[in-house]
Amino acid sequence: MSAIMDMKQIRKVYQTGKVTFEALRGIDIQVERGESVAVVGPSGSGKSTLMNLMGCLDVLTSGEYKLDGELVNTLTSNQLADIRNKKVGFVFQAFNLLPYATAYENIEIPLLFARVTGRKRRQRVTELLARVGLADKAANKPTEMSGGEMQRVAIARALANDPEIILADEPTGNLDSASGGEIVKLFNELWKQGKTIIIITHDASIAGQTQRIIRLKDGAVDGNGDLR
Amino acid sequence: MNIAVIYNVFVRDFRKQKKRIALTLIALTWGTISIMLLLGFGEGLQQQLVTNQRGMGESISVLWGGQTTIPFKGLGKGRHIALHKEDPAYLKERIPEIQYIGGEYQRWGVEVRYGDQVVTEHITGITPEFEQMRNHIADRGGRMINQLDIDLRRRVVFLGDELKRRLFGDENAVGEMILMRSVPFTVIGVQAPKMQMNSYSGSDEDKASIPATTFKAVFGDPWLDNIVYQPYDVNQMKIVERQIYEAMGAKYKFDPNDEDALRIWDVAESQREMHNILLGIEIFLGIIGGLTLLIAGVGVANIMYVSIKERTREIGIKMAVGARRSYILAQFLIEALIITFFGGFGGMTISYVLTEGFKRIPIQSDVLDFMGRPTISLEIGLIVVAILGIMGLLSGLFPAMRAASISPVESLRYE
Repeated sequence: MSAIMDMKQIRKVYQTGKVTFEALRGIDIQVERGESVAVVGPSGSGKSTLMNLMGCLDVLTSGEYKLDGELVNTLTSNQLADIRNKKVGFVFQAFNLLPYATAYENIEIPLLFARVTGRKRRQRVTELLARVGLADKAANKPTEMSGGEMQRVAIARALANDPEIILADEPTGNLDSASGGEIVKLFNELWKQGKTIIIITHDASIAGQTQRIIRLKDGAVDGNGDLR
Repeated sequence: MNIAVIYNVFVRDFRKQKKRIALTLIALTWGTISIMLLLGFGEGLQQQLVTNQRGMGESISVLWGGQTTIPFKGLGKGRHIALHKEDPAYLKERIPEIQYIGGEYQRWGVEVRYGDQVVTEHITGITPEFEQMRNHIADRGGRMINQLDIDLRRRVVFLGDELKRRLFGDENAVGEMILMRSVPFTVIGVQAPKMQMNSYSGSDEDKASIPATTFKAVFGDPWLDNIVYQPYDVNQMKIVERQIYEAMGAKYKFDPNDEDALRIWDVAESQREMHNILLGIEIFLGIIGGLTLLIAGVGVANIMYVSIKERTREIGIKMAVGARRSYILAQFLIEALIITFFGGFGGMTISYVLTEGFKRIPIQSDVLDFMGRPTISLEIGLIVVAILGIMGLLSGLFPAMRAASISPVESLRYE
C-alpha cells in the first residue's frame, strides 16, 4: 500500500498579536490508502489543527505535506479548493450546514462547485440521501432535523464527489450515544468500501474500531500504532 | 471561472435569503425615492420661481419721472421731471445699447363694458415693444398691438386673461366690441396665461392695453406714466442707466447725478438677487439631499454589515466543501449589482410615478402654482443609485473579500 498522506516535520504556529502558540511541533505522520485511523489526545494537543491541515482547510507553517503524491505546500488557493471539493470530505463536530438550505441543497453544494450538472446532480443527491437513510428528509432544513440527522446530511455532503479520504473532527461529539453509534456505523461501512477514514475522537470505543490510533500530546505524536 | 456554477449558487442563495435581500432592496429603493423626490420638488420649485419671475419681463428696467434735489444751472431744487411721449425715441436715438424702449400711459378706475357686464379696471397705453419686454404674448387666435395700430391710432384692445374671463366668461373675445369710457374698442387679442410675481402697476391679467397713441387721444394724458426699456445685454444695465441720466438731464436741465430726478427700477437686478436666493435653495437642497443619501447609504451598509457574521460562516462552509475564492466574490458582486439595479430602478420608477401623479392633481391653487411641477432627473437618479450601490457593495464586499482570503477554518470560527 502506498501512503496517501505523507507529513514530514509539520509545524503550525498561531500568532495572535504578540502571543505565538505552537500547535504542532514538527509532526511526522503517514496514512496508507484505505486505512482507518483515530486521532486521540487531550484538549489542546493539536488534534483539530492536524485535521485542518490534512483536509487543506488551513495552511501549515513549515514542513512538507504530500497528499496523494502531490506537495500541498506549493498549491494555489484554487487547487486547494479543488482538493477540498473532490479528494477530501470533511465532517465537523458542529455539522456546519447552511442554515437556510434544505438537506438536499446542502448536499448539492459540493456538486455545484464540481460543475456536476442537471440530472446527474439530482441523481447523485438522491442517492446520497438514501445512502445515509434520509430519503424522506430531503426538504427539511437543519432546524427541522435532529443532531444525528444533521450529521448524516453532513456526511452525505462529504461524500458528494466521492472523495478518497473522509476526515471527521469529533463527529459524534454533539450527539447522543444512539445517534453517535449510527454515525460510527456509517464510517465503518465507508471504510469497508475502501475509503480512507481519519477520525478525531475522545471516545475510546470509537477509537477501538479503527485500525490504528495516533495519540497526540502538546503538539507532538505521543504514540503511533495499535495502542489499545 | 464557471458562470454556471456562480449562477446556480447565486440563484439558490438569493431565493433562500429573501428577508435580508428584501430589506436591502427596500433601503435602497427608499433612499432613491426620498432623494429624487426632494430634488425633484426642489427643481420644480426653482423652475416655477424662474418662470414666475419672467412673467413681468426679463432684463428690463422701468423709468419714472421724479423730483430734483440738486439746484442746476440757476434752477432750484424740487422741480418735477415728467416723461414725455417723445422721450423713448429720444433715448433710443442717443443710447445705442438699448434694444427695446417704449412709453406707457396708465389710468385706473376706467369703466369697461361688454353687453351687460361692467367692470372697473386699469387701462394702459403701450407700444408693440411691450410684447417683447413685458411678455404681452397673445393667446391663440389673437395678436398684440402692432405698429399700424399705433400709427393709425386704432381703437383696439389687448385684454388680460383674467379681465377677459370676467367680461366674456368662456366665450370667444377676439373680434368682439367692448366699451371703455363709452368708447368702442375691438378686442384683438387676449393675454396668454402667465405667472407674474412682481409688478409696478398691478398684474397684467387684469389690465386692458390699448395703443399709446389711441390712449393719448381718448384720455388726453399729457405725460407718460413710465418708460420701460431693455438693453441688448443685461450687463449693460448700469451703463444705460447712467446714459439715461445724462441724456434726460441735458433735455430737462437737471444734474445728471441727481438720482431723484428720475427713478429707475432695475428689474434685472432683483432677478439677480432672486437668482442668488435660488442658488441658496439649491445648495440647501443639495445638503439635505447629501445627508439623506448618507443615511440611506448607512442603512444599506448596515444591512449588509449585520449579515456578515452569518455570511462569513457561510463563506467558510462553502470554501470547506470546495468553493473557489472567485466564486464567493462573484456571488457577492452579482448580488450587489442585482439589488442595486432593482432597488435603483424601482426607486426611480416609483419617484417618476409619484411626481407624474402629483402633476395630474387637478386642483387649481396658488400654492401649486408656486410649487411648480416636480421634475425628476434621470442623471440625479443614476448618481444616487450608483452611490448607494457602491456603499452597499463595499460594505458587503470588503468583509466577503476578507472572509474569502483567510483560510476556511478561520471563517468557520468567525464570531
